[in-house]
Amino acid sequence: MLNVYRMLSVSFWVFVFVPGGALLAAETQQVITPQLSLKVPGGTADHSKFSILKQDFANGSDVTQACLKCHTEAGHQFMKSIHWTWEYDHPVTGQKLGKKSLINGFCGNNTSNEGGCTICHAGYGWKDDSFDFSDQTKIDCLVCHDQTGTYYKTQNGPGHPDMNHIFRDDPPKNWSEIAQSVGLPTRNNCGKCHFNGGGGNGVKHGDLDQSLINPDHALDIHMDANGLNFSCTACHTGKNHQWSGSRYKTTAVDPVGRGEPGFRRNVASCESCHGTSPHEEDEIVGIKMNHHVDRVACQTCHIPEFSRGGVATKTLWDWSQGGKLKDGKPYKEKDYTQGDGTHRATYATIKGRFEWGENVVPYYNWFDGVAHYTTLETKIDPSKAPIDLNHFGGAPDDRNSRIWPFKRMHTVQAYDTELNNLLYTHVWGDDDSSYWGNYNWEKSIKEAMKHTDVPYSGKFGFVDTYMYWPLAHMVAPEEEALACSQCHSKDGRLKHLAGFYMPGRDNLPWLDMLGALMLLGAFALVAAHATARIILKKRG
Amino acid sequence: MTNDTTQNVPDRMDKKKAMKRLKLMQKSRALKHEAMVYTRYERFWHWSQALLVFTLLFTGLGLHGWHGYVDFEEAVEIHTVAAILLLILWLFTTFWNFTTGQWKQYLIRGGVRRVVRYYLYGMLVGEAHPYKKSLQRKQNALQSLAYLSFMVIIGPALWASGLLYLLYDLWDDYSWALQGLKIVAFVHTGAAYMMAAFIIVHIYMTTTGKTVFHYIRTMITGYDNIEMTEVEEAFYKETKTVPMRD
Repeated sequence: MLNVYRMLSVSFWVFVFVPGGALLAAETQQVITPQLSLKVPGGTADHSKFSILKQDFANGSDVTQACLKCHTEAGHQFMKSIHWTWEYDHPVTGQKLGKKSLINGFCGNNTSNEGGCTICHAGYGWKDDSFDFSDQTKIDCLVCHDQTGTYYKTQNGPGHPDMNHIFRDDPPKNWSEIAQSVGLPTRNNCGKCHFNGGGGNGVKHGDLDQSLINPDHALDIHMDANGLNFSCTACHTGKNHQWSGSRYKTTAVDPVGRGEPGFRRNVASCESCHGTSPHEEDEIVGIKMNHHVDRVACQTCHIPEFSRGGVATKTLWDWSQGGKLKDGKPYKEKDYTQGDGTHRATYATIKGRFEWGENVVPYYNWFDGVAHYTTLETKIDPSKAPIDLNHFGGAPDDRNSRIWPFKRMHTVQAYDTELNNLLYTHVWGDDDSSYWGNYNWEKSIKEAMKHTDVPYSGKFGFVDTYMYWPLAHMVAPEEEALACSQCHSKDGRLKHLAGFYMPGRDNLPWLDMLGALMLLGAFALVAAHATARIILKKRG
Repeated sequence: MTNDTTQNVPDRMDKKKAMKRLKLMQKSRALKHEAMVYTRYERFWHWSQALLVFTLLFTGLGLHGWHGYVDFEEAVEIHTVAAILLLILWLFTTFWNFTTGQWKQYLIRGGVRRVVRYYLYGMLVGEAHPYKKSLQRKQNALQSLAYLSFMVIIGPALWASGLLYLLYDLWDDYSWALQGLKIVAFVHTGAAYMMAAFIIVHIYMTTTGKTVFHYIRTMITGYDNIEMTEVEEAFYKETKTVPMRD
């Protein structure tokens, strides 16, 4: 394509303006600087024809080395990605975030559990503190690019023997076939980890689960397999293997909207396609709704409920109930049956008690896209439980924030009762202190805290926590969007949000009282006058 | 009898002189005649305004959470359309009031106290109304005062705050917008309550005529019994400026 343009351009110069070939040479020698362009769908390379991939690979790292032979920059790019580092230095709060160090309301923490948790690390071999993050041959290209659907990841380090039932009995991987299949990531690829976060299908996010591998229109209008069929990267644009849309720092208000073609590659906002006036501009309600978009996120009305695909999401995890044995053995109770018929555990010895939700009404709050976390170092006040594991900035008078829907996760988890901070726990490992297998919190916490610089008093208890997950997926069809009255009413979805006057929800009670008195007074006056008229008329 | 009176008015008398003469004549013996007091436009104004105000009040109370008979979205649509129509009506009527000179009907004049005394006492004991309706002065002093308040206080408070409410998006970037919206809501709601109180009393007052429905019929047909001198009657009939039924 470029050559055609150049030929045309050259011909133009030669035949129209420049007699003779003197300038032709100058034109062809001109330095070509990078220009804006867009990826052409369809692709131009068939990886199954590449001889370098037609070999008997011993392991994933061998495949990666083959990939890097052609994709010379991919390794360097990817090693800067959060999918590899699991670290994020927040430019606004200065907090160090990322899965590597954070505590969440699910399995807890990565440190001391690397062997199990890093099953979702896009690399090979992170089993303890010694993993070399500068070795690009340890990158796992295939988890994101495999198109056979047969690729799967395994734990990098062993767990307690009792935990072996967690390992899947999968067939050996055909590395060569998988390597030759590679393509751009699909929902199946991203979903391998993002649909199963927190320990299973749909557990963590609520708006991300396996129902999105093949969703229908009612579940998600963009990913609808028979419709637009968007892959994740259709919205989560990016460059150099860095993807937009991390909740650590999100574009909560996007005043730019569409921009020019290829204008920016770092925003996963709805506005970047739909613009900043997405509703009909020739009808009153459309205009009114367009007036809302600077204060109410698209997601708030267009994701009326989450976990709508027949897969439940975990809403409560009570670690303090863990460790109960039946006949001396760990057990599970599966008393929740989700929409697709699968039974989900409501109790597990290794994890404690659970509650699940489907078609869940979100929790709403102001959201400026800046995440603040309660880390291992943060002091907490247990008397003010539930403790927010994370929260986001934003307020009615903050123009950089909007009302956003969240999944609110409720957890009961360990904290230091003397030093008042949350604690790491060691659950995964082939040793005598891992909770999964030994069921001893004292040993588990002591071992986990050894891997940190944070002191541990040796005394622990359990505290209630909330964790907030901003929602952006499972966008429902237009007709399922919230009606005005679902917020604009006395008992609506936003009844707990204070600090602003919202018609239909709010009033000035004393004004209404005065108004009522005035109307009653008017009626009383009229009634008294009418009565007097009637009586006096009868008397003549 | 009409033939006699028309002869009293010179054929080519200019209007100004005629009016002066008329006023003199009014002070003499007067008879009641059924004449058109409220022109077609005034009646159109009154009833379309009534319809719109009721629509706005009903949907407005719904939006405010007093009742749930209309869905919020529909209520917003109806309320907005009705408000825009009412604004157009008011704009046009203001124009009409000034071009026809009818604005003078709303000027405050003395005698309010006498009219109030009449409604509170005189009327009950059978006194006559202290005010005589005429084509030059269609309203008594209390009515003028009430309608003037309607037009310069309640109405503007409602449309000004309503427009600000409707166009919130144009000023919501200012730091005072959150507080401002509360004030707008306060003015709009407060003025709406005043409007409602006005309507209650206004409707009741329509029953204080000769019969309970007399005033309402007048507002529909436009005709009422007006005292006029023979000269006056003759003038209207000759010039056809005021339709008469007898």
